[in-house]
Amino acid sequence: MSAQSVTAAQPAGHETPVILGGVRGGPNKKTLRTDRWWLQPLATASGLLVFVVYATWAAFQNANYYVGPAMHRDYLSPLYSPCLAQNCKYVWGPVLGSWWSISPAIAVLIFPLGLRLTCYYYRKAYYRSYWGSPPACAVADAHRSYTGETRFPLILQNAHRWFFYIGAIFAGINIFDAVAAFRGFSGGIGMGLGTLILCINGVLLSLYTISCHSCRHLLGGQLRSFHTHRIRYWLWDKITPLNKHHMLFAWLSLFWVAFTDLYIRLVAAGWIHDPRFF
Amino acid sequence: MSEIIMRLWRGDANGGSFQEYRVPAQEGEVVLDVVHRIQATQAGDLAVRWNCKAGKCGSCSAEVNGKPRLMCMTRMAELPLDQPITIAPMRTFPIMKDLVTDVRFNFEVAKRVPPFAPPPRQPDGTYRMFQEDIDRAQEFHKCIECFLCQDVCHVIRDHEENKARYAGPRFFVRFAELEMHPLDTNDRRLLLKERMGLGMCNITKCCTEVCPEEIHITDNAIIPLKERAVDATYDPLAFIIRKIARRKRPLPAEEAQASAIVTTPLSELADGHGDAKKAKAKA
Repeated sequence: MSAQSVTAAQPAGHETPVILGGVRGGPNKKTLRTDRWWLQPLATASGLLVFVVYATWAAFQNANYYVGPAMHRDYLSPLYSPCLAQNCKYVWGPVLGSWWSISPAIAVLIFPLGLRLTCYYYRKAYYRSYWGSPPACAVADAHRSYTGETRFPLILQNAHRWFFYIGAIFAGINIFDAVAAFRGFSGGIGMGLGTLILCINGVLLSLYTISCHSCRHLLGGQLRSFHTHRIRYWLWDKITPLNKHHMLFAWLSLFWVAFTDLYIRLVAAGWIHDPRFF
Repeated sequence: MSEIIMRLWRGDANGGSFQEYRVPAQEGEVVLDVVHRIQATQAGDLAVRWNCKAGKCGSCSAEVNGKPRLMCMTRMAELPLDQPITIAPMRTFPIMKDLVTDVRFNFEVAKRVPPFAPPPRQPDGTYRMFQEDIDRAQEFHKCIECFLCQDVCHVIRDHEENKARYAGPRFFVRFAELEMHPLDTNDRRLLLKERMGLGMCNITKCCTEVCPEEIHITDNAIIPLKERAVDATYDPLAFIIRKIARRKRPLPAEEAQASAIVTTPLSELADGHGDAKKAKAKA
């Protein structure tokens, strides 16, 4: 049993300090839980690890990320979009110039990575599964001291709003890539399985972005009264049900980004053929 | 008739241990029923706090097989009865006796929440609010103050020293209720950030998981409060908009009060809005 005590700041009118600590009951054990509480953090840690390993490998490949006119297609991997270096196979805008010689994915991945790292759902996921703070509810924290997100570096989690602004632009870019994928044989409109995959990718990334807690707050949640802001209230009301599924969209969009990259990679390398619908 | 093995924590501030009780299983019981049967037949001196037995008073909070729960709302049938059922007092609060803990920490924090501060009444002597504004805060009114969210929150459960600077999920719900009230004029954002430990919460959602009233504490109270703190301090766009807006109009009363609240000693915040004004006047 612990015997620490903490004296609270004395409220007005109280003559004696109130002891808030005292001796705790129950045994000094990490947890009394008897269920398989470790299963969820293990599954989360495994899922995130698989994505991180794959995305890192894919980002450093600097090849097979674009299926271009030679195959009558226009598919750009979401891990490389927008492609901003001059050495890109498909250049969005040569912002980085010819001096950028490493993979163009490295230049852009920092932004979606920042959005996901500071995302309220992913914070829960990795604080539990990797940092053990706590590993599960009513299971002891893995660390002796705890200051939460009040100090550097974790105070930077407050930059989620900034990454949301950039993430919204990236969601738009992915939708543009999906529209650009409707390319036909002679420059007209056409559609292949890759187009469908890119469209689903754009939708899932958009759903993940607009269901974000920061988005919900900015669109209307920050208001004290909805009554005088009818449009913002309408937007908040529509985003709120999506926000309830933010975790689902986080996982689906994460998985689909990797799957889209893998599909384009396999088509670009000539390992599989992209079936044409029209 | 099969037999249930219950392991109840018996003891006080001087020490304690789990003691085993064997009772016949009965259909349709909740954990509190079995604890009462043990108290009536085998352990007359067993201390257990309870009141309504309907999940509305928030008295019978304990840890059943390690999970913070209301004993009156935990059916025996949902527990693995082939193993002993462990019942311990709430871990975060000091023990008084057996399953009863001293939850005064919560009452002390409650005194430090600056209360509702409405504007002057309208000329016809009334206040007016609209349904869409009431709906949002309605969820927070369901809180029964069982303090299970406070118990499970690792910020104070595993780090006793944080109790001096952390309000806890129950009071973030209270803050959210006030911050989203259409008639309230207090601005508690900086107070939350600087004194109430909002930044200590790392949103692992255990409070939401254990809430018997199914209040979405993290998504609907804590995260909106964190976002409000970001509005006040970290958002570059909000900062620019505030700067432009301030050129056009004088500083809103509630923003002026915020700085007074943050610089006011906690001891003077018990009376909230009024005291903040006095402190500002003194300064």
